[in-house]
Amino acid sequence: MMSNIIKQLSIFVNNEPGRLAHISSVLKECNINMRAFNLAESTEFGILRAIVDNPDEAYDALKLKGIIAKKTDVIGVYLEDHPGALFMAADALGKANINIEYGYAYSYKDKAIFFIRVDDPVKAVEVIGKQGIKLVSDSEI
Amino acid sequence: MQLRLLKEKVAEMYEKSEFFHKRMDEAGVKPEDINSFEDFRRVPFMKKADLRDNYPDKLFVVSYDDLVRVHVSSGTTGKPTVVGYTQKDLDNWSEALARGMTSFGLSKKDMVQNMHGYGLFTGGLGVHYGAEKIGATVLPISTGNTSRQIQLMQDLPVTALAGTPSYYFHIADVCDQMGVDIRTATKVRKGIAGGEPWSESMRKKLEERTGIKTYNCYGASEFYGPMFLECEEQNGLHLWADLAYVEILDENDQPCKEGERGAIVITMLQKEAFPLIRYRIGDISAIDWTPCKCGRTHPRLMRISGRTDDMLVVRGVNVFPSQIESVIGEISWLSPFYHLTLTNENYMDNMLVEVELTEEALTEDMVKLNKMSNELSRRLKDVLNIKADVKLCLPGTLPRFEGKAVHVTDKRCYD
Ligand SMILES: [Zn+2]
Repeated sequence: MMSNIIKQLSIFVNNEPGRLAHISSVLKECNINMRAFNLAESTEFGILRAIVDNPDEAYDALKLKGIIAKKTDVIGVYLEDHPGALFMAADALGKANINIEYGYAYSYKDKAIFFIRVDDPVKAVEVIGKQGIKLVSDSEI
Repeated sequence: MQLRLLKEKVAEMYEKSEFFHKRMDEAGVKPEDINSFEDFRRVPFMKKADLRDNYPDKLFVVSYDDLVRVHVSSGTTGKPTVVGYTQKDLDNWSEALARGMTSFGLSKKDMVQNMHGYGLFTGGLGVHYGAEKIGATVLPISTGNTSRQIQLMQDLPVTALAGTPSYYFHIADVCDQMGVDIRTATKVRKGIAGGEPWSESMRKKLEERTGIKTYNCYGASEFYGPMFLECEEQNGLHLWADLAYVEILDENDQPCKEGERGAIVITMLQKEAFPLIRYRIGDISAIDWTPCKCGRTHPRLMRISGRTDDMLVVRGVNVFPSQIESVIGEISWLSPFYHLTLTNENYMDNMLVEVELTEEALTEDMVKLNKMSNELSRRLKDVLNIKADVKLCLPGTLPRFEGKAVHVTDKRCYD
């Protein structure tokens, strides 16, 4: 079943050299493509947020190598065929009292997408849908 | 009976040991002066430094012909200590452990996977002979090679483990990684945990994770090796009154009130080759004299709550690592692994506490992470009365120890 809720992998890494390269090589070994990613740093450790083409398989592959990851629900807003889509989406979410925790953009072929993590993804999909803004479906990843 | 054994031991040592004779003379005490436990307190202490100063064998009171084994303890500071054993010493040592194992239900029906190090360290051979004495089957695997440990505990009918607390946690971590559930994949239900102190909350966490009921074991190579164990009540280590006389003393070397914590001072009542009289081991605990629910009348030594010498002074405040351990133990989202680092800048002390989050509690939510970090900070300050920097670490990233865990790194420099 198609869904507008995308599973993002949040991969936890210590702030030490070579860790990111290690993770990329693990994913590559399992033929998993990283579509988009964003690196966040807490004072304690780094969090690599990644959209991959097969999150469940990637999760298992990482776990097997002792790399800790969690699955996080995000939504993706198409930016290109609707000027001002991001602003409209943010505005609608704000009015519906949904908090945006973070977001990151990425472009792929001719598409530009903004991935957003909100505190209530299900409600967010509904609110944004009502605005006529196109959302990425998980089958497109 | 204890008093008779004490008197005999003192008289024997006065005659045989040059070291002891000299110490007694210096203190102005003669063996015949000792007619009560109170008199016995006039006998001078033995300390770790005495053992080091008399390296390697000046404290032995039998010749090498009568020794059947020696063990050498790792010298964490300076010279190691060499301990000799006669056959009777080995028999009494095994007897102490055999009684302990029986007291929590081990028998010839059990198979014990002994994950303590064999060799110069007393843990391996001590547990080995104790378990054989009760007729149990011993798997003498020693430490290390964790995946093999886990394989064998699945392949063989192992019912009990013996190892250090931190190694149990390491086993649990690796089991998780390998997808092995100890409860269903093995028959292991009991464990002997010794070689390093740990808290009651750490024990609970381990038991919940693995389903292994763990029984504390206490000892030191200076005694024989590990020799006191908890019974099925898991409420203190039964002190075998025919083998050891244990005093608990306060800062002024006066006996503590019943149940009060103080320095452990031990006298080995039947040791032949390397006698110990009023030895200050440096651990802190208390004795519970009330009868145990198991029916045994031997008094119980409570959990070791620290060292007489592990106190840290940070910004003029006394800090015990056990205080930090207890705070961590109370917080459900933290694992028991922590490390304390002390540094100073312009003579201002700084304390960093690194602790691992549990895998369940780990989150990518920065706000939550901040909240957790602040909560830990606040709770540490409440207990320690000084501020500590805290760092939450990823599960499985702080060092695991197969021997004694090292929880403190003091990098302070005073020149
Ligand atoms: Zn008991």
